[in-house]
Amino acid sequence: MSQLPPTMPPAAPMEVGQTWRRLHPLSPVVRFGRVLLGVIVVAVPSIAEQPAFHHSDDGFPISVIIYSALLVLGGLGGFISWLVTRWRIAEGNLQIETGFIRRQSLRIPLARIQAVDVISPLSGRFLGLAEVRVVSAGRGAEHGRLAYLTAAQAPVVRARLLALAHGLEVGTPEPPSLPLLHVQNGLLLPALLMRSQVLAPILIAIAAVAAIAAAPLVGAGALGSAITVLVISGLGVARAFNEDFDFTISEAGDGVRLDRGLLQRRHETIPYGRIQAVRVVEPMFWRVFGWARLEVDVARQSVSREADRDAQQVARTLIPVASRDQALWLLARVMPDAHPNPPPDAGPPARARWKAPLSFHFLAAWFGQRYMYARTGRVQRSTIIVPLVKVQSVRLKSGPLQRAFQVATVDVDTAGRRWQASARCRDESEALEMVRHVSERARLSRRVPPPRPAAPVPVPAAG
Amino acid sequence: MSVVATGQIIGPGELKRLSPRFWLARQTQLALFWGPVFIASVVVALIVNLTTADLVPVLVALIACTAWLVERGRYRSWGYAEREDDLIVTRGLLFRHVSVVPYGRMQFIDVTAGPIDRAFGLATVQLHTAAAATDARIPGLVRIDADALRDRLALVGEAKATGL
Repeated sequence: MSQLPPTMPPAAPMEVGQTWRRLHPLSPVVRFGRVLLGVIVVAVPSIAEQPAFHHSDDGFPISVIIYSALLVLGGLGGFISWLVTRWRIAEGNLQIETGFIRRQSLRIPLARIQAVDVISPLSGRFLGLAEVRVVSAGRGAEHGRLAYLTAAQAPVVRARLLALAHGLEVGTPEPPSLPLLHVQNGLLLPALLMRSQVLAPILIAIAAVAAIAAAPLVGAGALGSAITVLVISGLGVARAFNEDFDFTISEAGDGVRLDRGLLQRRHETIPYGRIQAVRVVEPMFWRVFGWARLEVDVARQSVSREADRDAQQVARTLIPVASRDQALWLLARVMPDAHPNPPPDAGPPARARWKAPLSFHFLAAWFGQRYMYARTGRVQRSTIIVPLVKVQSVRLKSGPLQRAFQVATVDVDTAGRRWQASARCRDESEALEMVRHVSERARLSRRVPPPRPAAPVPVPAAG
Repeated sequence: MSVVATGQIIGPGELKRLSPRFWLARQTQLALFWGPVFIASVVVALIVNLTTADLVPVLVALIACTAWLVERGRYRSWGYAEREDDLIVTRGLLFRHVSVVPYGRMQFIDVTAGPIDRAFGLATVQLHTAAAATDARIPGLVRIDADALRDRLALVGEAKATGL
């Protein structure tokens, strides 16, 4: 790969990315499109309201000139940024060079790739463009974005990155994927509406309407705030629906694939062995129907920049809604031998009821040979499953109130950003045992090879 | 010492304590803050000609004493033990923490020293793992000990290192 002749013909599909290449020429258009839209939204009303004396001698409103200048400058900036950005895959790194005034050279070691996404935003889909986004561990600005490539190129680049990340031959084609589950949009929408964020304000609104007869002022006030909350959570539902629309999860040799999105399609790949934790979430009203959601956490850096707001959504949905059987079946695919049903002695001692009265009924924690499980929640039951191989540190905490009840909390940290498995309010001596055993097993688990996905089992029928 | 803090995770006596110099440094820090506050309150009591104003220095002294007691408790709660495969750090007076960090999971080690620490020849050793929540910090080690601990940890960390 290092001995390529300098006069290599460009862009044969399999050679994508070995030599320095630019991004697609239309990328500034897509990137700039959003800014353009924003400027228009701001500019048009302000120009329309322009009083006459702000016009220059030629009769043009000054603001029109200013905004056009801004647009030209922005377009020029986008073009230059495209001109100076180039990338290649070489020497086991994804290398990106960018920056006109301040040159920046990014090297992302492929061995540290945590996940690779292909994202097609709406504007990009019209132009046939897609973004490849590489998520790597570490705390620096190692956020590799290739925005944008052609829609045909993006999967090839992704396959190459993943093949190299797994130490395979450069030309290894993308392994075929086997669809596991597809979420019907007709199930997704009611499931999203059944979240307590939506149902609670509706119930409050109904109660408020009833209360208006008795106490008009209080009732009207409650109704108003309930409607406000309802609008906000309605936006949340719309957003979630847009993101998880047409959700398909499939399994390939190199990891789990997630395809989802209405306006912006995302194709995510989470390589095996990169999952730091899985969470089974069962909101209150979902339990009536026996639904559950699965989320995964992968190691990644803290992202604070506004531009990377998408990436801040650290937990990834593994399945937005499914019957509990299906969710557990899927869990067994990504975490073989995990048993998320608590054994009878997994609950905290009865006196913990005084310390955690609201969540006591769900509290449970237990561990097996490979996994640590912790269940928490007040109205929403969530079970976190952490592979002991991924445990970074174990911590025992006890506050003054907890000591009064002789209970303690055990936290198990992973490199994921989102959750720690928290075994809350355990009996003190049991907590000590837990710390000792979990840390020991976490250490020993490194010596046995990681479990590979089990042989396929048929999907259980939807509940 | 609570049962939880040392308990059965490690045998008694294995837990290493911080240097007494750290307690001196902490007391200096306390004195640097509460000394001027106390003097100011005395001045106020002398200037303001009210009997209730006389209570202010007493109150300040009481708070300072409490702060001293709390600080002493916190100093005594610190401890660490280097075991074969992991490092244990205990801390906290009201909220007790016992952290266990396997050597293999360490990403890097920091040794830092603030101005007061430096005046007393002390340093803080901080362990970082890939988990952001890990808070294994050992303050108030004598500089030489801190450097030695860092080197030892780096050595075993390298020997037992594992990926993410």
